[in-house]
Amino acid sequence: MHQLTITEQIKKLKDKTFSSVELTQHYLARIKKYDSELNSFISVTEDAALEQAQSADQALAAGDETPLLGIPIAHKDIFCTDGTPTTCGSKMLENFVPPYDATVVENYRRAGAVMLGKTNMDEFAMGSSNETSFFGPVRNPWAKDCVPGGSSGGSAAAVAALLTPAATATDTGGSIRQPAALCGVTGIKPTYGRVSRWGMIAFASSLDQGGIIARTAEDAALMLNTMASVDPKDSTNIPKDVPDYSASLNNRVNGMRIGVPKEYFSDGLHPGTASAVQEAIGTYEKLGAKISEISLPNTSLAVPAYYVIAPAECSANLSRFDGVRYGHRCENPKNLEDLYKRSRGEGFGEEVKRRILVGTYALSAGYYDAYYHKAQQVRRLIKNDFDAAFEGVDIVLGPTAPSPAFAFGAKGADPVAMYLEDIFTIAANLAGLPGMSIPCGLVDDKPVGLQLIGKHFDEARILNAAHCFQRETDFHSLTPKDIN
Amino acid sequence: MEPSDIQNIAHLARIDINASVAEETATSINDVLKLVDQLKSVDTEGVTPMAHPLDAIQRLRADEVSEHDVRDKFLGIAPETEDGLYLVPKVID
Repeated sequence: MHQLTITEQIKKLKDKTFSSVELTQHYLARIKKYDSELNSFISVTEDAALEQAQSADQALAAGDETPLLGIPIAHKDIFCTDGTPTTCGSKMLENFVPPYDATVVENYRRAGAVMLGKTNMDEFAMGSSNETSFFGPVRNPWAKDCVPGGSSGGSAAAVAALLTPAATATDTGGSIRQPAALCGVTGIKPTYGRVSRWGMIAFASSLDQGGIIARTAEDAALMLNTMASVDPKDSTNIPKDVPDYSASLNNRVNGMRIGVPKEYFSDGLHPGTASAVQEAIGTYEKLGAKISEISLPNTSLAVPAYYVIAPAECSANLSRFDGVRYGHRCENPKNLEDLYKRSRGEGFGEEVKRRILVGTYALSAGYYDAYYHKAQQVRRLIKNDFDAAFEGVDIVLGPTAPSPAFAFGAKGADPVAMYLEDIFTIAANLAGLPGMSIPCGLVDDKPVGLQLIGKHFDEARILNAAHCFQRETDFHSLTPKDIN
Repeated sequence: MEPSDIQNIAHLARIDINASVAEETATSINDVLKLVDQLKSVDTEGVTPMAHPLDAIQRLRADEVSEHDVRDKFLGIAPETEDGLYLVPKVID
């Protein structure tokens, strides 16, 4: 059952080959079998899942046509779930049980999906390796001594190990695409504002965007149909109709104009990654796409600009964790200031504290212009690069991450080395563009990701390009050798 | 940034940073600032800062009640409450 795509599972549920309870039990059993080692889930909601599956079976028997009826999924533990703990990978929220559902969670519930549990992540989505999670790192199913990427490492590892057909995720600087690349799965970060951020715990509000990790572009399109919505509760959500992303998957790639940025093939790129991406470009050429080299001249400034903007926004957003209304509270506070300082000092991990401090510094009196204002200007230069490129091409294509999965601890001591993991993904967040990662090869038995970046609200086109690639290749159907 | 600067910033952010890790924290923050300093050499004369990726402006809605009273539910997840209020250490003597 777990080898089937979601589209196939829906068909089998409808023709009664198996029930939603059977499908759900099957995934729960797989989680039990594999996840004590992988640690991709923070919580597994077995009882609630089986209840939801039972209701789905009744609705299926009654001929209900709800799109994802009876399909098990997992949510990144950043999405608030009413009555189910939502930790954001932090000690700060270890015992936090949200009093409401995120819009994304509600959308999937309404579509009939069954929630298997909540997936592990870097603390407050700050990290590219899942090593900052308070609940311990996630192992990459392809190489268990290596990281799964981050921050949505739990979602990516769970999909890669076939513990769930799909999982929700979020991407502020690459947190969907980079773990999807490192775990050999398909991930899409939609245009900023396409998916509601209501109930999605905020990190950097002008960059955060929810999206999906699945095995194929076809499944990702199907899942995005439910995830994307117009939500009056999120004032940054763009009120634009959601197209049917599944409808255009098979459009011909023949004639599609694909731009390959020369800056994405710099010295830092792993040679194995470079050749896998070059081969993928060859596949597109064979499909009739018109490939051209383009330039995004400000590429090297994306990481520096991001590490002003994201920490600045995070320092403001995370001020809500004050030990008063929810979350961790220190013992025996002497006074209110002591309550704030110790609750936050104890509740946040090192990377989160580092980013709050960098952000506070960048926004402090006398430094605002030199850091924040400057970074916002550079952000525009980066967006202008894409605007110019998209005058001549339909999509931009390149590597997702500079190398395949790296070993635990390899970048632990040096925050900047870790930040450079997102060197190819961050620009899409700064410019608000949709981006995807799809598997395009293996290097030393570890997956390589191909990144596709589209114009604003052109998710359908990158999904179409990804699906056509997956019809020609079988990298997306490879599974880790220890996973049956 | 010196370890003493870290304590000032940590105070602004209301985060307790143990003196024993202040130096280590300062070093790692200086590494991040060094990365960020690359921005200084960029000519941004006349470039309008970009606050929103789609240059969208704040969307407003009519000021109508859309939520019912969930006070007890929200107070229920607080570390300490009393008589329907959040409890904190005494602020005014």
